Amino acid sequence: MSDPLAPKAPQEKGIIGWINYRLPIFDFTKSLQDYLTPKNLNYFWSFGSIAGVCLMIQIITGIVLAMHYTPQTGHAFESVEHIMRDVNYGWLLRYTHAVGASMFFVTVYIHIFRAFYYGSYKNPRELLWFIGVIILLAMMAAAFMGYVLPWGQMSLWGATVITSFFDKIPVIGTAIGTWLRGGFSVDNATLNRFFALHYLVPFIILGLVVIHIWALHHHGSSNPTGVEVKSKKDVIPFHPYYTIKDCFGFGVFFIIFAIFIFFIPNYLGHPDNYIPADPMVTPPHIVPEWYFLPFYAILRSIPNAFLGVVAMFSSIAVLFFLPWLDTSKVRSGRYRPVFKVFFWVFLVDVLFLGFIGESPAEGWYVVGGRIATLYYFFHFLVLLPVIGKLETTRPVPASLSEAK
Amino acid sequence: MAKDSTKNTSCGDGEVCDPSKRDFMVLAANGLGVVGACTVAWPLIDSMNPSQDVLAQSSVEVDISSVQPGQQKKAMWRGKPIFVYRRTPQQIADANKVDVASLRDPQTDKERTKPNHEEWLVVVGVCTHLGCIPIVGEGEFGGWFCPCHGSQYDIAGRIRKGPAPQNLVVPPYEFINDKTIRIG
Repeated sequence: MSDPLAPKAPQEKGIIGWINYRLPIFDFTKSLQDYLTPKNLNYFWSFGSIAGVCLMIQIITGIVLAMHYTPQTGHAFESVEHIMRDVNYGWLLRYTHAVGASMFFVTVYIHIFRAFYYGSYKNPRELLWFIGVIILLAMMAAAFMGYVLPWGQMSLWGATVITSFFDKIPVIGTAIGTWLRGGFSVDNATLNRFFALHYLVPFIILGLVVIHIWALHHHGSSNPTGVEVKSKKDVIPFHPYYTIKDCFGFGVFFIIFAIFIFFIPNYLGHPDNYIPADPMVTPPHIVPEWYFLPFYAILRSIPNAFLGVVAMFSSIAVLFFLPWLDTSKVRSGRYRPVFKVFFWVFLVDVLFLGFIGESPAEGWYVVGGRIATLYYFFHFLVLLPVIGKLETTRPVPASLSEAK
Repeated sequence: MAKDSTKNTSCGDGEVCDPSKRDFMVLAANGLGVVGACTVAWPLIDSMNPSQDVLAQSSVEVDISSVQPGQQKKAMWRGKPIFVYRRTPQQIADANKVDVASLRDPQTDKERTKPNHEEWLVVVGVCTHLGCIPIVGEGEFGGWFCPCHGSQYDIAGRIRKGPAPQNLVVPPYEFINDKTIRIG
């Protein structure tokens, strides 16, 4: 990446100097410390770091769990119970990993809604946003495949439902579904490949996170005013100001995390997954994990199976167009009175979709789900472009230092 | 703020009035961080220690009623082979004839067997050199011969020749009755 002809700083004294002259890794870590950050970031900007912590927790606990787990249909469920009962601190590792997945999603959802509110996805940060959406997709794949591994009833039937999406593709669907499962139903071949991929995907996410941060550091962090930094007065070095602020965020985060692990570890899970997988019996009420519920509601709200799958994938795909769908010249929702109202309406709509996803598909839930699905797309495809054109925004400060 | 409320009024913008306070905070925070990291690391490390089901395999009972003099029975204990050898009177006499002082790992035959059960030799069937399983009835000393690097053990399982440093290990065991032993 660097230019071999560029003049090098002379070698400094000591072992650090010796290493740094050959591989400027200490220059690199110093540049991370000195990263100039807008001085007005609020706690919503801590969720990026918290998400990074979540990823590391998942990778570390996951590697240790994999040492005790067996990806074979006859042994998978037992090996998870072995982790819970026999392995030293196995219960702690598994609950940390399972609750950790939920913590990761709630963190990332807050991170995403922060970007929605403050317009973080706008020029010149569209690619940064794209990489983030890809990370979300990778997280969903990892979480789904991880949920299959304990090989309980929800694992098997969740996997059956999700892989059936691909069967719904016209003409070639059945062939694709069979290929994905490695058989005519979800079985040992499926479990084996899901384990292999569940181990792989987090490292792909790690690589994407590096690119995400690279893109972030290139133009710098956005900030609550949405006004780009203009002078030295607007910025402070990341260390110690934001390392300290983030550490405080970590502390609060870990307290909530610990409450779940130690007091209600199964609250976010599903009791049916403690029944070993049985290909002859489907549980009466199949529900995905809470973080998939809004998308599950969108899937179910369309009466046609194939179009339902299309709608569900579109609900993520639309995020790729967000930087252009939002036509407003003003970045931050702070100065957009109309947008601000619809931001909250949209948040309520997504929470409502989650509620519908949890409810049985009957009665008014069906109608409610359809209206909420319609509104989801209406927000992105109609409201955002129109509000951006018509809205009278409040005056934007000349610089973030002058903002109140 | 009144000027006299600070100890050192000479410190201005960007200067630290009392550096020792800041040093204390940094040390305390880092110290707590190290303690926290160790606390978190321990469950991860300990999970790699033997699990409870592995520890539960720590004792095994072996039926020895069918073993004839001059025969060996293999049992498994903690994932390792155990040799249970029923020795003939001639073999016991041979084992007692050896000059103990001349051995690499000096032990009498009595020290390696149970009183009144001298005909039974119970050893872990793992060469003390590098962990291979010795073959019974081979070698120059009538005991065991390790195919990996040529260590030779006598009929009391004592190292006589070759690279192994110690005698075959006698596991903790007891006779429940004349027909059954419990290893571990």
